[in-house]
Amino acid sequence: MSFISYLVNGVSLGGIYALIALGYTMVYGIAKMLNFAHGDVIMVGGFTVFMTMSLGGVSPAVAVLAAIIVCTLLGVTIEKVAYKPLRNATPLAVLITAIGVSYLLQNLALLIFGSNSRTFKSVVPVKAWKVNDTLTISGEAITTIVVSLVIMLALTLFINKTKIGSAMLAVSEDRGAAQLMGINVNRTISITFAIGSALAAVASVLLCSSYPQINAYTGAMPGIKAFTAAVFGGIGSIPGAMVGGILMGIIENLSRAYISSQIADAIVFSVLIIILLIKPTGIMGKKYNEKV
Amino acid sequence: MLKIQDLHVYYGMIHALKGLSFEVNEGEIITLIGANGAGKTTTLHAITGLLRPKSGKIIFDGKDLTKAPAHKIVEMGMAHVPEGRRVFQSLTVLANLKLGAYTKHSKAEVAETLEMVYDRFPRLKERASQIAGTLSGGEQQMLAMGRALMSKPRIILMDEPSMGLSPLLVSEIFDIIKSISAGGATVLLVEQNAKKALSIADRAYVMETGRIVLSGKASELMNDDSVKKAYLGE
Repeated sequence: MSFISYLVNGVSLGGIYALIALGYTMVYGIAKMLNFAHGDVIMVGGFTVFMTMSLGGVSPAVAVLAAIIVCTLLGVTIEKVAYKPLRNATPLAVLITAIGVSYLLQNLALLIFGSNSRTFKSVVPVKAWKVNDTLTISGEAITTIVVSLVIMLALTLFINKTKIGSAMLAVSEDRGAAQLMGINVNRTISITFAIGSALAAVASVLLCSSYPQINAYTGAMPGIKAFTAAVFGGIGSIPGAMVGGILMGIIENLSRAYISSQIADAIVFSVLIIILLIKPTGIMGKKYNEKV
Repeated sequence: MLKIQDLHVYYGMIHALKGLSFEVNEGEIITLIGANGAGKTTTLHAITGLLRPKSGKIIFDGKDLTKAPAHKIVEMGMAHVPEGRRVFQSLTVLANLKLGAYTKHSKAEVAETLEMVYDRFPRLKERASQIAGTLSGGEQQMLAMGRALMSKPRIILMDEPSMGLSPLLVSEIFDIIKSISAGGATVLLVEQNAKKALSIADRAYVMETGRIVLSGKASELMNDDSVKKAYLGE
């Protein structure tokens, strides 16, 4: 029974990775850049919930909504201020800028909140589910799995069924041809950042509820792992980020349980290296060559 | 209808278009011919806003397009079938066509235009749910043209539509261009297949290293000795 419990917690952690990985992969696919500040947007989301609840005294639902709004605005603003002026610059310049934005957010958080971790009160109202005497699934795990699956389904429908979704697919494949269709590339990129950041906000709430601590570096490690998950699944591929994220969560949790909790991360990254050696484009990576 | 005045375009240090001027009147088929690197594709990219000219003017229907962003140009009634077709490889034929009508908001209008495009290209209808990347070169060219027609353009710019196609398909593509023109659209055609292009065009401009060096009626240029020698291989 403990195996099922480890597996369920792995899927739950994987759902969080998948939500974050979607932000990386969509931005990479559409804006052709690696937004390394994405992980820190999670931290901002977590602190927004923490602050609005502990200081503002609002209900968890309002706090979650506030986090979504703050993260969305933050993501769009970062894109407008830091990345848009570099649209035609070398990828390296954009990458370094993204790392700079990441440090900026972390250090601002250090300045405001100090370096001590705060205790995050779970916002999940769902009660733990006692399946039998040996197996209990936490409310956080259930909520995370349900919420992340619903969001992934909704996002898939949005991308494939709406006009904005089709514009995103077109821009990700051929920016010039997309412009010739009358698609506003800058607007499409802004929308992508908005969606990615909103997903990061949801991920932050789920993450901090499951692992109830928050500090300036809360987003850093999950950010890197989710980025790895995106590469794992095939960067640029939306289903790839979902599959990559969930697999990554499962591998991490099972290694932690059965091998060693100290080297679990090392195992996860080793699996990534092996997968990339066998299939350099990732599990669901695109076969097409990147066009310049 | 479309007027290009003293257009200069640079790629970094390279002066690609050196004071280009020409004119396309409503209903005409105009062809730009010239060797590789003469600036034909650059000219089309500058017109539809994919490239910013350094100086000069692009006037379409009396409106200055020179500084208009690329995504605004389609709405004004100008479509561009780019070199190499550039269909969205991972999307279906139908999704590609619908993207062609991205600026149209009326569903009924899009459905109507789609039927029109299907009538012109029955192959696209047969393959509507196929992934565009799996189409043959000729079919992809038809898809690129059909996609451009989905915006109901008054002028359509075509860049090397016959490139890489078998002689039989080349003739088919040129027949389609003629019928698009007969359907009321103005055509600006860039071609390396000068013979075919001159055979369907009303007027032609010959480009060399970023300049127009010769212009006139297509029928006259076809018999011009220098054109014959340089571009028609006679």
